[in-house]
Amino acid sequence: MTRKIRVLVAKPGLDGHDRGAKVVAAALRDAGMEVVYTGLHQTPEMVVAAALQEDVDAIGLSVHSGAHLTLFRKVLALMKEKGLDDVLLTGGGIIPEKDRATLAAEGVGRLFGPGTPLKELAAYIAAETAVRRPR
Amino acid sequence: MTVDALAKGIVAGDRRALARGLSLVESGAAEGAALLDGVRARLGRARRIGVTGPPGAGKSSLVNALVREARAAGAEVAVLAVDPSSPFSGGALLGDRVRMSEHALDRGVFIRSQASRLAMGGLAATSHGMTDLLDAAGFDLVVVETVGVGQSELEIVRQADVTAIVLAPSMGDMVQAMKAGLVEAGDLVVVNKGDLPGAASCRDEIVAAFGMTAESGGAARADDVLLVSAATGDGVKELLARLRAIPDAVVAERRITADARRVDAAVVRALADLRLKPAAASLAATLTPAVRRGDVSLEEAVRTIVAAAVGSDREARRP
Ligand code: B12
Ligand SMILES: Nc1nc2c(ncn2[C@@H]2O[C@H](COP(=O)(O)OP(=O)(O)O)[C@@H](O)[C@H]2O)c(=O)[nH]1
Ligand SMILES: [Mg+2]
Repeated sequence: MTRKIRVLVAKPGLDGHDRGAKVVAAALRDAGMEVVYTGLHQTPEMVVAAALQEDVDAIGLSVHSGAHLTLFRKVLALMKEKGLDDVLLTGGGIIPEKDRATLAAEGVGRLFGPGTPLKELAAYIAAETAVRRPR
Repeated sequence: MTVDALAKGIVAGDRRALARGLSLVESGAAEGAALLDGVRARLGRARRIGVTGPPGAGKSSLVNALVREARAAGAEVAVLAVDPSSPFSGGALLGDRVRMSEHALDRGVFIRSQASRLAMGGLAATSHGMTDLLDAAGFDLVVVETVGVGQSELEIVRQADVTAIVLAPSMGDMVQAMKAGLVEAGDLVVVNKGDLPGAASCRDEIVAAFGMTAESGGAARADDVLLVSAATGDGVKELLARLRAIPDAVVAERRITADARRVDAAVVRALADLRLKPAAASLAATLTPAVRRGDVSLEEAVRTIVAAAVGSDREARRP
């Protein structure tokens, strides 16, 4: 009788920096999570549709294009629309500190930059999803 | 949401309810079993198509192409895509969706990834139940992609209505597949990547091998070996038509066998669980050193432990 932590890792938008997303996906797997990887070039609509079907506990976006404000906001709005209220939205990539604060104030979870230890990401997701959707 | 409300939602086409229901079934919790009970009357409508074969043969790409053809023909399709769990962490990286992005926004398609959780045979222990729920949700086709299997165990062949074995034109794959009996296991053998050089001759070799090895019916199976390309879509329409053409009577017969096996497997699991009963487990712990010392024979120890396992809890506690 176990429900493992399920996380969707996606690269929204047009940028091709997928190394971070792949490294993070593998690290979360190594932390015992079941990670659905959707690959590059996902629109916010595709990300949220996949998250709904996969019944994930968290959505993790990896953004290096500079379009993070638009992308995170759009995904968050679609999550609300689809009723994914107990799902964590987190992520990382190249996101300036002040934009992280802005997004956090709007309901996005923590966002991580280059060099963050992988253990820290997994620990955050495990702790935060446990609060939002107890298993 | 209560199990009852979930069941109603699933049958009414609520995708969120379906997603949550699948998680319940996957968890092995009692609510999952109750949910399946609640939709029992809706089972049996969908055709269940199995897609298996070695890693990298193009199973996910081919499922994507099959879904495209099925949608063009007006069918609604669910996909259950199983990938292996890591034996080290228990986690999993589920990447089959990467190849199926084009269907992400299609209401007539539902894609779910599943980790094998170290079950053998290319599927997870709960894949069958999850397939049932997808069937109950009203899809015309439920396509199940297995973990990349190269070896013998092929649970999908026993569960699906019809199964395609997917191979890619590489000698290594072919030899392995033939050795393991993979080629004989399914209804159709699909040589994918037909756009690559060597694919056509790979198909010919498999056909020739059938002719040489099969005592009878070898020739009849020659047209069960199809050359397709998931990349270009060549041959995929025919493949889908062949998969859907399996007669209802054959499917009905296979489902009877599948159900019998399923009951049997559940009994085996239940029996295996019995040895975890405290009475049996503690006897096993104390008898093991006795067996090692030679004070008790292995047979006698087994008899004692089994008696404790199958006896009622009250009997088992009796000295
Ligand atoms: C490698 C690299 C590339 C490679 C990408 C290879 C690949 N397949 O990924 C190549 C050479 C292709 C490339 C190309 C370009 N790049 Co480049 N690239 C980098 C570089 C040097 C490292 C990125 C990397 O892989 N890091 C390693 C990974 C593991 O780290 P990470 O992605 O940051 O991930 C960590 C965290 O961010 C976080 N995280 C990331 N994702 C996620 C997701 C989740 C769910 C979570 C929880 C956490 C998380 O956790 C990770 C672990 O700590 C960065 C500079 C830098 N120092 O970051 C520039 C950089 C990202 N690139 C940049 C640019 C501009 C480009 C180009 C446009 C350059 C050009 N003019 O041609 C092109 C565009 C390519 C495209 N199609 O989009 C800029 C982006 C600027 C911006 N957005 O403000 C950077 C920052 C360089 C710079 N200082 O200008 N690039
Ligand atoms: N040339 C060619 N490559 C293909 C074809 N189908 C799949 N591939 C490639 O084969 C690799 C593995 O495909 P995937 O569908 O993930 O295989 P799976 O592991 O069996 O599910 C990927 O790089 C695909 O792009 C095909 O028909 N032609
Ligand atoms: Mg695959």
